[in-house]
Amino acid sequence: MSVELGHYALVLALAVAILLSILPMWGARRNDQALMDIGSVAAVVLFALVAFSFGVLAHAHLVSDFSVRNVWENSHSLVPTLYKISGVWGNHEGSMLLWLLILTLFSALVALFGRNLPDRLRADALSVQGWISAAFALFILLTSNPFQRLSPAPAEGQDLNPVLQDVGLAIHPPLLYLGYVGFSVCFSFAIAALIEGRIDAAWARWVRPWTLAAWTFLTAGIAMGSYWAYYELGWGGWWFWDPVENASFMPWLAGTALLHSALVMEKREALKIWTILLAILTFSLSLLGTFLVRSGVLTSVHAFATDPTRGVFILAILVIFIGGALSLFAFRAPMLNAGGLFAPISREGALVLNNLILTVSTATVLIGTLYPLLLEALTGEKISVGPPFFNLTFGLLMVPLLLAVPFGPLLAWKRADLLGALQRLFVAAGLSFAVALVFYYDQYGGPVMAVFGLAAGLFLVFGALTDLWLRAGFGRLSTSIGLRRLAGLPRSAFGTALAHMGLGITVLGIVAVTAFETEHVVEMKPGMSVPAGGYSLTFDGMKSAVGPNYTEDRGHFTIRRGGTVKADVWSSKRLYTARRMPTTEAGIVTFGLSQVYVSLGDLMADGGIVVRIWWKPYILCIWGGALVMMLGGFVSLSDRRLRVGAPSRRARPAGPALEPAE
Amino acid sequence: MIRRLVLALLLCLSALPALAVNPDEILADPALEARARALSSQLRCMVCQNQSIDDSNAELARDLRLLVRERITGGDSDQQVIDYVVSRYGEFVLLKPRLSAHTYLLWGAPIALFVIGAIAMAVYARSRVARPTGRKLSDEEQAALDRLLKE
Repeated sequence: MSVELGHYALVLALAVAILLSILPMWGARRNDQALMDIGSVAAVVLFALVAFSFGVLAHAHLVSDFSVRNVWENSHSLVPTLYKISGVWGNHEGSMLLWLLILTLFSALVALFGRNLPDRLRADALSVQGWISAAFALFILLTSNPFQRLSPAPAEGQDLNPVLQDVGLAIHPPLLYLGYVGFSVCFSFAIAALIEGRIDAAWARWVRPWTLAAWTFLTAGIAMGSYWAYYELGWGGWWFWDPVENASFMPWLAGTALLHSALVMEKREALKIWTILLAILTFSLSLLGTFLVRSGVLTSVHAFATDPTRGVFILAILVIFIGGALSLFAFRAPMLNAGGLFAPISREGALVLNNLILTVSTATVLIGTLYPLLLEALTGEKISVGPPFFNLTFGLLMVPLLLAVPFGPLLAWKRADLLGALQRLFVAAGLSFAVALVFYYDQYGGPVMAVFGLAAGLFLVFGALTDLWLRAGFGRLSTSIGLRRLAGLPRSAFGTALAHMGLGITVLGIVAVTAFETEHVVEMKPGMSVPAGGYSLTFDGMKSAVGPNYTEDRGHFTIRRGGTVKADVWSSKRLYTARRMPTTEAGIVTFGLSQVYVSLGDLMADGGIVVRIWWKPYILCIWGGALVMMLGGFVSLSDRRLRVGAPSRRARPAGPALEPAE
Repeated sequence: MIRRLVLALLLCLSALPALAVNPDEILADPALEARARALSSQLRCMVCQNQSIDDSNAELARDLRLLVRERITGGDSDQQVIDYVVSRYGEFVLLKPRLSAHTYLLWGAPIALFVIGAIAMAVYARSRVARPTGRKLSDEEQAALDRLLKE
């Protein structure tokens, strides 16, 4: 398949995106049903064109067509098929095309699933999606064209960056983008509502599933990236507060706040203006993240593009969209009426606290990430803001939030009884402390603060279970009735409980690893043993091996407990032949939720090798918790309420004369 | 998180990946070594991207690690070691910037935002509570309500 077709489809896509950005919105202003209807068709056509274009690029990678510059730079004929495909988005141009693909996918989904939306809202929202699509299509075509040819065509490619040749990284970007870009829908709905000047509970109900879906994917993407960094980078860390990690973490924090404030808006018509602002901010942070990662201002490895025109272009997109959206907000927000009333101690109050802390946390991460950059630009002073800063500030902010989470679902709307909630959580809190103490005792030492950390994590888990227990009426009613009531609870109740439990599990993992991890750095000779968390690890010897596109030295280790062999593991140092780039492949063995992590260092002259061995207790809880959070997201998405959709606003005074045929 | 290693490799590696802390660097006294490790995680590898010298494989990071250990065995307190390293390499070396005129905003922002947000919420909540909602009941409505309540 000729890549020129893909290029052509992308140009067509730009044209369609421009139509999409103008016609439906114009139709909405003129109440012209035909013009508004163009939106749905154009959104689907746009997606089809971008998908075709993406497919053409993927095909070029798959067949190793090195006459295409993008393929030559990022692929090799010997790379396994999976990495030929993931090579499509393992570079700047391709990843931007993936960004656009997912953006247009969401537009098409809004067009297909948004049939219950009022015509004007849908038309406006699709037009806003069209603006974003047009901007990014233009960006790709003008500055980051993946379809450039090389003449003469080279015989062999330069290979995909070895650290990207990994299953985790093949899936990580698409998941991350599904989240990142998914928030564009919330943004478009917010802008559409501002243009329309009308926001109510129904709006929140339409937006919530999109927020939830984007949030779920972003959770998955971040967890996946974290796990990848853990096993691939070879130094056993799982979060580095790298600017690029922060770029994805900020929309997640803001998105989590949005998820909760939209709940208040949906149930109680309160926090409307704030929710709209959060919807704008969340996607703005996604755009900012794209800018930070793609422009090269952070001189991070993520910044494939160090070409300043690209940075300036994305900055322009950023300024136009964020500036435009916030101006529109400032202009329109005073015209929106604020909603329902509530006492400070109420579920709304708890959710406001959640929003306050999450927003301040987002701001803290944002300031910490940009501060060195701005300070240097303004004063020339160079400082670093690294993990110790974030751990301290972010960690302190999380303490009240984690403690407050179990209370939220137990408080009533409007006006609640805090003392009652305390009484109901008393068992959960006591149990958490008891289990934390037993766990601490079992781990033989570690900092005493770990008990409080563990108790906080357990409190989240038990608190979520308490909520379900009380809702089902166990203890008050007979078990059979309780079970029936439990089965009858809305799925969203389970979603909430699961998400909060998942958070607790992640906290448990983080605390356990931080407090009880052990590390040994030793020079080992064959036959030598080193302890790791109750196991003993014996080095058996080194061996050379050859992979499809690399050579490696592998060390073999046997893991024993009480003299009996429990597992064996290879840990290796690879050299990727095409790029002459060395990597370490850590050897990881899982025991329950804990892991032994073995990483190789230098070979010594006397035949020994430097080995770094970690015992990572309960580390899988960190990502397991994220999986449970995701599960909560999916369960909540499957709630009937969201599938059926909100009751439509009929009989709109200024609305079109005809209701659409459904 | 993606591709951090590329950077580590491009900037911080000469030939082969070595581990950050090597056995020959480790101090005999575990208490001193623990202090050295804690300090190392606060110091930036100057030629790397956002990596502490504890994580980095770069030659320069190794030199700094040895320097930190040298100062510690020489009897320096943690603060003295930090001061010494900063005097040689500048504030840039600290991953947790010290409070100074240049960083008031950085350290103050989270606290200030939290306080401002909390005050804004309190003010908003009060103004909302004080405001009467809706119109008063009309006489007929009041009469109807009284009738219902009597029943």
